[in-house]
Amino acid sequence: MAEPVLQISNLVKSFGALRATDDVTLDLYPGEIHALIGPNGAGKSTLIHQICGTHAPNSGTIRFMGEDITQLGVAARARKGLGRTFQISSIAPEFSALRNVMLAVQARQGSSFRFFKPVRSDKSLTEPAMAALERVGLASRATLPVAELSHGERRQLEIAIALALGSRAFLLDEPMAGMGPEGSRALTSFLADLKQEAPILLVEHDMDAVFALADRISVLVYGKIIATGSVEDIRRDPAVRTAYLGDHD
Amino acid sequence: MISREWTVNAALALALLAAAIAAEAAGQVFYITLATRIAILGLAATGLNLALGLGGLVSFGHAVFFGIGGYAAGILGSHAFSGDPMIFGLEGSNSMPLIWLVAALAAAVAGVVIGVISIRTSGVYFIMITLAFAQMLYYFAISWPAYGGEDGLSIFVRNAFPGVNTMKPLSFFLICFGALMAGIAILAVLRGSRFGSALDVVRQNEVRAAAVGINPFPVKLTAFVLSAMITAVAGALYADLNRFVSPSMMSWHMSGELIVLIILGGTGRLFGPMAGAALFVLIEHNLGELTERWQFFLGLILLVTVLFARGGVLGFLAGKVRHG
Repeated sequence: MAEPVLQISNLVKSFGALRATDDVTLDLYPGEIHALIGPNGAGKSTLIHQICGTHAPNSGTIRFMGEDITQLGVAARARKGLGRTFQISSIAPEFSALRNVMLAVQARQGSSFRFFKPVRSDKSLTEPAMAALERVGLASRATLPVAELSHGERRQLEIAIALALGSRAFLLDEPMAGMGPEGSRALTSFLADLKQEAPILLVEHDMDAVFALADRISVLVYGKIIATGSVEDIRRDPAVRTAYLGDHD
Repeated sequence: MISREWTVNAALALALLAAAIAAEAAGQVFYITLATRIAILGLAATGLNLALGLGGLVSFGHAVFFGIGGYAAGILGSHAFSGDPMIFGLEGSNSMPLIWLVAALAAAVAGVVIGVISIRTSGVYFIMITLAFAQMLYYFAISWPAYGGEDGLSIFVRNAFPGVNTMKPLSFFLICFGALMAGIAILAVLRGSRFGSALDVVRQNEVRAAAVGINPFPVKLTAFVLSAMITAVAGALYADLNRFVSPSMMSWHMSGELIVLIILGGTGRLFGPMAGAALFVLIEHNLGELTERWQFFLGLILLVTVLFARGGVLGFLAGKVRHG
């Protein structure tokens, strides 16, 4: 098998007496969607925060593209190509969709310290940004301020931003949240394509989407990974059924 | 198509220019001085607008940069006048362009020091740290007898600008007006650039900026330092206008006044600080004639602006901001 793109080893994060991340080992291989599921309060968000760099782990390592990134900040990880979307859509809300994606292109080019050339007429920003918006089907809404986009359209915008960043791996935190069934289906088929571009670590509550999309699933309960395997393995695993899926039957 | 905001902007700039010229024609030197005050305070607040309006950095210590500019003009000018060498045997100068350069560089150094420490914090802490630095330099200026200490320092002959008689009120006004327009133009270019985009997204959402790979700290620090430099040039002009510089230019009243100008005029709007300065100087002058308690009414106007007209004068005249 190929080298993993993202490799998390023995990660531990405690808040006082609570072990929110308890010796988590997890990896992400090229071309796959690895879904992370677990009941509320299982520590999914805490884990994502450590992967993208907002929280520092107490111990353990995170390697990305073979490089140890455990000590890097959020901005540095994003520049290396670790693309993240948010559980709460929090994009520059006063800007248009296009300007938001242009910022991602600008960040990818690593060129925020240019003081003269106007961005509006800068084709090296506008063209890649429009291309990314077209890929997620948002091109017709490009000039609208983000505040006027629907919730589902904001999730599409987030993915356009991740595309524009040239991400080498995606961290998608509940991309289906707040989407209607229509949007959910469209996004499911888009994500199936997107994984060819870069592998996806998917945190999602929508079980239909997870079972349709995931190549592998890891189940997180009380900060521990209790099982990792294919969709069938996870469906059959008795520990998973009691801890989590049992509620759904 | 020319937008409504630009029509308002042009009208404001022309009105200030016309007021000064009309005052000259009518022989009313005092009104030229008022117009010059508007231009200089407008420039000082334009500098702060870069940090506060575009970057969301509420600096409550920008008077320190205003004062540094003032002392650059006062110290260089007084040495040029007396012929005594300064520290390290350097000679003074009465050339405004050189004074502005020195003022801007000195403010940049101070801006880096203050910025590196204060920008790590945010909210109330940022406000308090910038205030604390300004107060430190304020008390330093008070206890610096070589340049007048608490009594301040007089500039006997207004500093010179190549090819212009700066003692003529209208000529000096035109220099200040030109500086104000240049300052606003710098802000306009910065705002439209990649740096401006990065600064705006950092203001709107710092977490998001970092998530897309834009490190907020250097962006904010650069904005803070550029902002300090513009305000310092205004300080040098202010010292030349009054032909006097004193520690009060660095006091927290001055810092507060600069913030008030921006809020009155319209936060983050290019011509907001100028509009705010015009309103402020007119209120000060007209109400000041009627009552000694004019600041009470200024407070009322500020209250009404914050409660009912968040966009200030520009918001009232030109409508809300639309980003592309």
